[in-house]
Amino acid sequence: MSSEFHTLSKDGLWENNPALVQLLGLCPLLAVSGTITNALGLGIATLLVLVGSNITVSLVRNFVPNEIRIPVFVIVIATFVTLVELTMNAFTYGLYMALGIFIPLIVTNCAIIGRAEAYASKNNWYKAGFDGLMMGLGFAAVLVALGAMRELIGQGTLFDGAELLLGEWASSLRVQLIEFDYPLLIAILPPGAFIGLGFLIAGKNWLDARKREKLAKAPVEKAQRARVTHVS
Amino acid sequence: MSFYIASSPHHHQRRTTAKLMQLVLFAMLPGFLAQLYFFGWGVIFQLSLAIAVALAAESLCLIARDRAPASGLQDNTAIVTAALLAVSIPPLAPWWVIVIGTLFAIVVVKHLFGGVGHNIFNPAMAGYVLLLISFPVQMTAWMPPTGLASNAPGFIDSLYLFLFQFTNEGFSLEQVRRIDTGSMLDAVVMATPLDHVKTQLSQGATLSEALQHRQFTGFAGAGWQWVNFAYLLGGLLLLQQRVIQWHIPVAMLGALSICAILGSIFAPDLLPGLNIHLFSGATMFAAFFIATDPVSAATSSKGKLIYATLIGVLIYVIRSYGGYPDAVAFAVLLANLCVPVIDQYTRPVTYGHRKEES
Repeated sequence: MSSEFHTLSKDGLWENNPALVQLLGLCPLLAVSGTITNALGLGIATLLVLVGSNITVSLVRNFVPNEIRIPVFVIVIATFVTLVELTMNAFTYGLYMALGIFIPLIVTNCAIIGRAEAYASKNNWYKAGFDGLMMGLGFAAVLVALGAMRELIGQGTLFDGAELLLGEWASSLRVQLIEFDYPLLIAILPPGAFIGLGFLIAGKNWLDARKREKLAKAPVEKAQRARVTHVS
Repeated sequence: MSFYIASSPHHHQRRTTAKLMQLVLFAMLPGFLAQLYFFGWGVIFQLSLAIAVALAAESLCLIARDRAPASGLQDNTAIVTAALLAVSIPPLAPWWVIVIGTLFAIVVVKHLFGGVGHNIFNPAMAGYVLLLISFPVQMTAWMPPTGLASNAPGFIDSLYLFLFQFTNEGFSLEQVRRIDTGSMLDAVVMATPLDHVKTQLSQGATLSEALQHRQFTGFAGAGWQWVNFAYLLGGLLLLQQRVIQWHIPVAMLGALSICAILGSIFAPDLLPGLNIHLFSGATMFAAFFIATDPVSAATSSKGKLIYATLIGVLIYVIRSYGGYPDAVAFAVLLANLCVPVIDQYTRPVTYGHRKEES
């Protein structure tokens, strides 16, 4: 049992990461990862929707006819997105304005419907919920990493505008690490997102390759062989 | 005994890449000298720094990829990339601009895609676009051509501007770029011909009003026309030496000319004419030196015609309706993206075979 949860978390966070390996949900990933705050906001929203929709889909999986499962999934996901959207509108209005169309667009995030179809519709609710949590964390982690990279290169800060997400106290989180006279604007512009994601994927593949190399190099215990045939 | 077996083409001049690249560099010389004459010493500093950075980056990349740096450096492709980028950017842009551009061109655009012969984008133009959208102010600060600048910087002042963005006496680039209009109060910073025409047209002036500006001596803007002629000369040399084929320059200039002529027929006072399009910007440089890059261009003759026509049309459309005054880099990169498709559908039929019915 615990090994299954272990596999689920390993898959979601690394081996089958929705952003780095499955390359799903790239539209919001690329569009709103300009700063850590935006990335974190969208990451948390996606995480909440993913957990909610996975649990719900898993609970109704035995009552939904196979032929209309996709529309049902979409309605479930859209419901949760609406919940999250209204919540953000109420509590984090600045961030809600900053993310704009990309909150409703979580509905079309393929990572979510992909998990509903591939995992939640075949497993019980707590496993599906855990899977949603891990996939959501993996997605949010990549979003935040990309947001940090772009924010640092593009404006030299980290956590710029964190008060939009976390409340007034968070404005002290903002750190100016580098003072640019002329920041490398491309990092904040759309091309920077593609290039940055490319580097992240390359980095992950490089780490994996290094790990595999190490495994291959590790000495394999050879079984002692004794000759049992007769040599004439 | 062993036979030398190679794939077609079987009839070839055995010229190495290094030799071809030397010829390209040599053919750039007239244009380079024209730029040196009209825009001052800056272009020399840009070129030296670009080549130094390119060679260093190329060696490091080759070492990181477990290749022998010596063999890679000898093919001169890094130097050509550096030279193409160095002459594309404003001569007195700060030193870090060319460093960032060259590093991006060599490391990301060339070596991350697989090194010589594998890059899908033209490295110099990708580097240029990175710089243009990252540092719009520095990348549009061209000097007024010689004769118009009110206080053109000398060698030492140019070096100071290049390194510190201020001359020895403390003039900024903005001040140095002013042109003499009689009184100091009227001194204005001058835009490039294409930029000037675009700005004027967007402010509701007609083309003939825009061309009233005193930089439009001759037929396409002081300085710029001669730089273009010089690159045309170098390009003809490349053609004569058979470093490049006629397809790309002819198709690109042809497509651009047809568009420009049509534009002047239908909206003579709202769209710049043929002379402006051909001789005011980077057109000649692009037609002979950028679009003809053998790696990122289409392969077959028919493919080259399609590819270059696409560039010509894109240059016209972006110049006329886009946000930037010149469009060569964007057009070339967009056409580079189309090359795999073009190559797929223009594959020549091998001798003795029929064309497959598709």
